[in-house]
Amino acid sequence: MGPAEEGRQKAGGNVANFRSSAASSLGKRGAALHVSSVIVILSGAARVSRPPCRSVVEAMKRYSALAIAREAARYHRGWERAWASPEPKGDYEIVIVGAGGHGLATAYYLGRNFGITDVAVLEKGWLGGGNTGRNTTIIRSNYLQDPSAAIYEKARALYETMSRDLNFNVMFSPRGVMMLAQTEHERRGYLRTVHANALQGVKTEFITPERVKELVPIIRIEGPRYPVLGALWQPRGGTARHDAVAWGYARACSAMGMHIIQNCEVTGIVSEGGRVSGVETVRGRIGCRKLAIVVAGHSGRLAEMAGFRLPIESVALQALVSEPVRPVLDVVVMANTVHGYISQSDKGELVIGGGTDGFNNYTQRGSFHHVEETVRALVETFPIISRLRMMRQWGGIVDMTGDRSPIISKTPLEGCFINCGWGTGGFKAIPGSGWAMAELVARGTPGPLAAPFGLERFREGRFIDESVAAGVAH
Amino acid sequence: MRITCPFCGERDLREFTCRGAAVERPAPGAGEAAWDAYLHLRDNPAGPSREYWQHTGGCRAWLVVSRDTLSHAVAGCRPASGHRRGGRP
Repeated sequence: MGPAEEGRQKAGGNVANFRSSAASSLGKRGAALHVSSVIVILSGAARVSRPPCRSVVEAMKRYSALAIAREAARYHRGWERAWASPEPKGDYEIVIVGAGGHGLATAYYLGRNFGITDVAVLEKGWLGGGNTGRNTTIIRSNYLQDPSAAIYEKARALYETMSRDLNFNVMFSPRGVMMLAQTEHERRGYLRTVHANALQGVKTEFITPERVKELVPIIRIEGPRYPVLGALWQPRGGTARHDAVAWGYARACSAMGMHIIQNCEVTGIVSEGGRVSGVETVRGRIGCRKLAIVVAGHSGRLAEMAGFRLPIESVALQALVSEPVRPVLDVVVMANTVHGYISQSDKGELVIGGGTDGFNNYTQRGSFHHVEETVRALVETFPIISRLRMMRQWGGIVDMTGDRSPIISKTPLEGCFINCGWGTGGFKAIPGSGWAMAELVARGTPGPLAAPFGLERFREGRFIDESVAAGVAH
Repeated sequence: MRITCPFCGERDLREFTCRGAAVERPAPGAGEAAWDAYLHLRDNPAGPSREYWQHTGGCRAWLVVSRDTLSHAVAGCRPASGHRRGGRP
């Protein structure tokens, strides 16, 4: 715990700086605001034993019922941008490539757990505009293998307190996730998963078709082609607002003084004597002592720049959304035999995820025949949706490994780390992935969560086979 | 996306199944690094790529398709039988 303690102390020092600078800038504004900033400082000082992040978050303008009332009283003119858009500095201690959920979470936990805030997060497009904004927002941790259950359960647990930790409503809704068993083979597989989860401390159960019908009245359990033989049920799984996760982390990172630089594509990786020393970007060279590559579907391109190859292939994963309707479905249903999963958003739209295109591509386009296949099966399972109009469809580029498990690893280039391979299931892992990656980058060696997910596992034959739990991924 | 099978002519994507990158099989004694690369590592190009496809909904021939992964444009398609296979006698 030596380095962590040291990190916390460092972070404490930074917190004090932020707080005083925030207070002085706030002091220049109106009296009402001044009072609230005093409250922020007092509440920060009163609870000194908390982890640094909470205090850091309090250094920015907190969102609260009080803040809404205050802003309502003055026509909402006082809201500030949630994160800054600074010009890049010449160099940073750590550069993270990719400002999606995983990259921002990595930055956040570097600050929170290790007190490292000299960090830049570079994004070629806009923040959260890749897979973070394209997924179907499902959160669950009912995986078969121990390393997967550990990291996904860590992530799920962090989601439960995320809105409070970040002072940003990510709308986590633990509504329950069920994975339908529609073949005998699948039933046995899920029974096995339930037993594994019991040993891993992940709360899941195998429920009967009658219970499925009770939880999801609109489902047809009798088939004929896709009968429901039961389901793997995780009551604490659910959904969250995907954009809010990226925004919440970005806001907290920005408050810690980290730089989030959008429209800054990395075009090359600079190294000296086998050690990374910076990146070339469309906005010039940016130096760094450590580099974290967190770019999902584009990992192969960055790895090529860094001079190594990955066991990754990029494919498009399909998703679509219906017109909004009244509430019909208050859990998440996944039907992996037919490659379809469905949940209802708070707006009333049915969010439907499909399978992957069966071949590598980077097009981020919908693929009509896969959509057709998914919808055909879902209509048979949920006859009520047959007349629904579909409003939008899209594809996200997912990075698939051979064993359908992620890579959180050192690389052949010293000082360069990579987090990728989340395939079709990255959203649910964001906080756990960021937590584990931050530990790896800060210490230079993986912690217990990341250790099994090293790049070398392929060469060594230590696969973490999740082709069943990953559902649509095969 | 449409692929022109050298035996059947131009057909829709749905008749075909992708069988992965057209990587060269190393010789049996090529060593651990070569086999690791063959089994696991992929170029995963964003742009022109070369892959094995099978005409599963047609003549079932194995083919090598040259394709752009950014645009779905198919540049060429020929029988896989002519493709070099290292390690074969």
